[in-house]
Amino acid sequence: MSDKNCKSLLGSLSDYVDGTARDELCLELERHLADCEDCRIVVDTLKKTVYLYHSNTDTNLPVTVRERLFKRLNLDDFLKTN
Amino acid sequence: MVEIDMNREISLEALQAGNRAEFARLVDEYSTQIYRLALKMLGDEQDAEDVLQNTFMKVLQSIDKFEGRSSLSTWLYRIGVNEALMLLRRQKPTIPVAMDYEDDDNEIRHPTQFTDWCCLPEEDLLSEEARRHLDKAIRRLPEKLQVVFLLRDIEGLSIRETSEALDLSETAVKTRLLRARLNLREQLSTYYGERLKEEQV
Repeated sequence: MSDKNCKSLLGSLSDYVDGTARDELCLELERHLADCEDCRIVVDTLKKTVYLYHSNTDTNLPVTVRERLFKRLNLDDFLKTN
Repeated sequence: MVEIDMNREISLEALQAGNRAEFARLVDEYSTQIYRLALKMLGDEQDAEDVLQNTFMKVLQSIDKFEGRSSLSTWLYRIGVNEALMLLRRQKPTIPVAMDYEDDDNEIRHPTQFTDWCCLPEEDLLSEEARRHLDKAIRRLPEKLQVVFLLRDIEGLSIRETSEALDLSETAVKTRLLRARLNLREQLSTYYGERLKEEQV
């Protein structure tokens, strides 16, 4: 993570993690990762970070919060429909 | 009981004509997303509920001015983000310089943590405690990075939708997203690195 290669690849990591990087860039990155342990760790843990956040989105709207929202908006008559 | 057809796409025309049933459908379609966004930004259920209510009050008041330049959902997120930011600023009127200095800095910070914690079992990575930590790490992000990360990675908006919701260029969204992800990776590396040490003992 210290030489010029590492720095130049850093800017394209989001595209790589999202699978939207150009083919040449992926090849270049993967070639670099094979030789650079620090960068490999950064890429793997960055992927995992994004994955964990994608897995942690299961917020439910509490029924009472929905009820109060409908009341505030004067939509009480539509409350039972969900 | 009033019947609502949930399968049909929401009609902007009906909303702007003051159709209450259509507005109720809009509320049901998007209230979970706005509540989640506010909860992740503020970390408090009561605050998130206030933001949720204020967001839809504002939508109700200004729906007739909505010109449809972005999608309805992007516009809703935009209002939700602004309501949450307003509440945050009321609570913390002055953001300490040290917390927000990253905002003006376009340079991408170099990673400093090189612990490979990917091998931790899923039940450790997503334990109750770890989930609380994931949420806390989001709230520690500088505000400008936080909103981009939430819209893109939690709410699943595209780069373009995120840029429309926040009035930013797509390039700025991409840079902020990368900085947010790298920042979170650093924070998670510290946390999971500790868990890894515990496992190895």
